[in-house]
Amino acid sequence: MGPSVSAPESPAGFEQVVLPHLDAAYNLARWLAGNDHDAEDIAQEACARAWQFRGGYRGGDSRAWLLAIVRNTACTWLKKNRSRIMVPLDDQEVADVEEAMASPPDFHNADVAALRAAVEELPLDFREALVLRELEGLSYKEIADVAEVPLGTVMSRLARARRQLQIIFQRKGDVNP
Amino acid sequence: MNCADLRLLLHAYSDGELDLVRSLDVEQHLQTCATCAAQNRSLLSLRTALRSAPLAHATPPSLRQKVRSLNRAPAESPPPETPRPSRAPRLWQWLAFGATAAAVLMLTLRPVGPSPGDSLADELVSGHVRSLMVGHLTDVQSSDQHTVKPWFNGKLDFAPTVRDFAAQGFPLVGGRLDYLNGRAVSALVYRRNQHFINVFVWPADRTGVGQPIAENRRGYNLVSRDVEGFHYWLVSDLNPTELSQLADLLGEPGPAP
Repeated sequence: MGPSVSAPESPAGFEQVVLPHLDAAYNLARWLAGNDHDAEDIAQEACARAWQFRGGYRGGDSRAWLLAIVRNTACTWLKKNRSRIMVPLDDQEVADVEEAMASPPDFHNADVAALRAAVEELPLDFREALVLRELEGLSYKEIADVAEVPLGTVMSRLARARRQLQIIFQRKGDVNP
Repeated sequence: MNCADLRLLLHAYSDGELDLVRSLDVEQHLQTCATCAAQNRSLLSLRTALRSAPLAHATPPSLRQKVRSLNRAPAESPPPETPRPSRAPRLWQWLAFGATAAAVLMLTLRPVGPSPGDSLADELVSGHVRSLMVGHLTDVQSSDQHTVKPWFNGKLDFAPTVRDFAAQGFPLVGGRLDYLNGRAVSALVYRRNQHFINVFVWPADRTGVGQPIAENRRGYNLVSRDVEGFHYWLVSDLNPTELSQLADLLGEPGPAP
């Protein structure tokens, strides 16, 4: 094989490009899959693919590269095993985001379990964007690369994810008791 | 900027993904609109809650072990070709805003067309439009010339003169680096009422224009001046008369900065 310049060919490369991002890879897989067992399978398969296809790494942010593989592995996996949850979402509906909310909730004293449950309730695409943004700290452009969508879609998914959390918490009255 | 426009931008604003000019628009709106300010506070508290709550899932030790052993196994003939899972970033994805991005973004985008012939003027207009777009880096945001000028030190091979013209109705908003005409240039941002003005400055050389030029391109007005060995190009949707006023101010010899 003809190693390309930036490909992590050596074990050292693997340790620099894949291992440091294992936590991020597992976290994303776990949030997408919804349970430990599937998440572990997905993360392992993704790392194996990353290692196998390391020739495809062209330098740049190796975390975003690995997360894109995790994301694709998870999508393939979920489609195969749970076709019903892969409902395509209509990104056109931004009207709900633009509507004013009478009294948006304050999350300062939000219960962690309730917050976790609310994020788990989000549609897959929204959950993915939110996890990449808030838990992994990715920029819009990195999220766009990982999810293969335009920047504007990233913004609208985040907006709608947050809108949905606001609605859930307003309903529950869990915050700001 | 009305509330509906702002609701979506508010997310980009709180994510630090808005450019200088639009951030200021948002901030200005937040000062006057209680509803949007409440929405902003709610979003900030949500962010804090999401980031401080232990929501990340810990990697199981068994997985860590399995992954570590991956690269010890003999690699089974990795294909040299890039397979689908690799995401070579596509330019159109970065640039394209989804249909979802609302009319605000469409408005911002519209002036960017395929660049026709006359490159410098087009580059200038594109630089101006780019600075108004989501995702453009905010470099230094200050109305204090003594903050903006030192910021450029070491970033450019020249030292632009930076002056505030708030007294004349053109407050300095900030500065940033830009890349134009094949070189790094300084861009100073001024404001005239609701209009933003990008002033691109670089040392005069063979690319010079010599005499003042004023023209309109893709709906934006451009005015140029050569002052004390520097090219000044002003780009804005502001009317040409007022734009020339700022150009004249920039051309006046001022106190040593």
